[in-house]
Amino acid sequence: MSTIRASFNLDFADFTLDAELELPCQGVSVLFGPSGSGKTTLLRCIAGLERPANGELHFNGDTWQAGKTFLPAHKRPVGYVFQEASLFSHLSARGNLDFAVKRAPARDKPIAFEQAVELLGIGHLLERRPEQLSGGERQRVAIARALLIQPRLLLMDEPLAALDQRRKQEILPYLERLKRELELPIIYVSHSADEVARLADYLVGLEAGRVVAAGPLAETLSRLDSPLHLGEDAGVVLEGLVLAREGKWNLVRVHFNGGELWVRDNGYRIGSQLRVRILARDISLAGQRHTDTSILNILPATVDSIASDEDTGQALVRLRVGNSLLVSRVTRRSAHALGLREGQPIWAQVKSVAVI
Amino acid sequence: MQFTPDDLTAIRLSLTLAALVTALLLLIGTPIAWWLATTRSRLRNVISAVVALPIVLPPSVLGFYLLIGMGPEGPVGKLTEALGIGTLPFTFGGLVVASVIYSLPFVVQPIQNAMEALGRRPLEVAATLRAGPWDRFLNVVLPQSRPGLLTAAVLGFAHTIGEFGVVLMIGGNIPGETRVVSVQIYDHVEALSYGNAHALSLAMLVFSFLVLLLMYTLHPRAVFSAGVHPR
Repeated sequence: MSTIRASFNLDFADFTLDAELELPCQGVSVLFGPSGSGKTTLLRCIAGLERPANGELHFNGDTWQAGKTFLPAHKRPVGYVFQEASLFSHLSARGNLDFAVKRAPARDKPIAFEQAVELLGIGHLLERRPEQLSGGERQRVAIARALLIQPRLLLMDEPLAALDQRRKQEILPYLERLKRELELPIIYVSHSADEVARLADYLVGLEAGRVVAAGPLAETLSRLDSPLHLGEDAGVVLEGLVLAREGKWNLVRVHFNGGELWVRDNGYRIGSQLRVRILARDISLAGQRHTDTSILNILPATVDSIASDEDTGQALVRLRVGNSLLVSRVTRRSAHALGLREGQPIWAQVKSVAVI
Repeated sequence: MQFTPDDLTAIRLSLTLAALVTALLLLIGTPIAWWLATTRSRLRNVISAVVALPIVLPPSVLGFYLLIGMGPEGPVGKLTEALGIGTLPFTFGGLVVASVIYSLPFVVQPIQNAMEALGRRPLEVAATLRAGPWDRFLNVVLPQSRPGLLTAAVLGFAHTIGEFGVVLMIGGNIPGETRVVSVQIYDHVEALSYGNAHALSLAMLVFSFLVLLLMYTLHPRAVFSAGVHPR
């Protein structure tokens, strides 16, 4: 499989980046970490906007940086979306897009102008000037502009961070479409567990300039020793397929790799893919299968491993359900009472499943 | 109050000089401003100080050194003679050179301010859109610095029209060649023809006021509008 291999060593007065990582050349890789962890700096190194004295970067077999070789930013086939709106204020929205169109490589143009405009829903905004657009609209134009440079790699630096909650919700669906409809690897910087859950296929955790975790999303999220410090957001994300509709109860049955879940029906098409998120705090454990309960989703599981949570009164339990992993958080007292040990069969009672 | 034919010649000369000098100043001043706005060189402060010198120096001092430097014994004079141009003092060419130096800070500083206000971000954006250094300068820096360039052009033009001391030192007082409006007014006063002096002075006053009014009217719709702004 083609990959992006990078290692950077960069010293600032108050911060050192010392990161080594390998990312798949497909899907969305999220660089996740608290502010000051170096995720933006890492992204800038990949774009060529920073020039680390010691660094190496290979994209799909091409060398962008190694030893004295350094491809400047304007020669790298990347698109970059900045955190805050970065439209050129002297150009209209269309002028901003044309800026990219004019400079895109002449031959290889897989993304048509109309397609980018349609994908981001900005057709009606083209003649406006940046100051006449809302924050969310500006960011959508900036994303379309980054696509029209015909990148082979799209870099996004917290593109939603400067927006309020409503605008975030307005843009996220566009990002999901982007991910679905374009075969373009994306590296996405974020400190929001929500965005990770919705968008990530591959997750890299950063802390104090170092990579502390890296791997496919499901694997990384189900690690009990997770250095990601998700706290209340600890939990897993599962990919599911909508099997059937139970119209009477307004529910759909969703198949995932290891079982089935009842999920509230929001008008999903039968056969469509969805992503569900199950938080550790929403899974309780039981030794027997309870039938006299309001909980809909009760899954047969085996205990895979147990660890103490950061909060000392709690235990994190990793469960295997078929081929999928879930994480449950229970009190240590309950863990003791249930006599939890590895390999033990147990019932996982899922209180809530969020479709994301 | 009426203009004499000599007055009209002087006005024409002043306008020609100012237009030519403004064009040259924009050509020379823009790259200097860009360099000052972006360089990390230790020479930056030295160059800034040199460019700003005409603001504080008495025009007579500046004019004196230009006279020496461009005269037959001066380094510039020797060069121009070797090139077959002759010496520059007391010629229109000499006046152009002196005016460019004299008005340089008034052009460099507004452009430099506008460019510094841009910050790094628009350039980084342009770089990720495959714009090379020249492309970035021509298609991002210049259009985004437009308010600064406009201010610079207006100030350079007006300042050249208004100079007096340097002209007197370097250009003497040759009708149609170096006798500009400000010198012409001086001559009228010397000759005690106050009426003529008044006509020209009033014209200068009105002109200067209109130029400044124009500048404050045109002046920067905010350099930082919604799009690109520094962090």
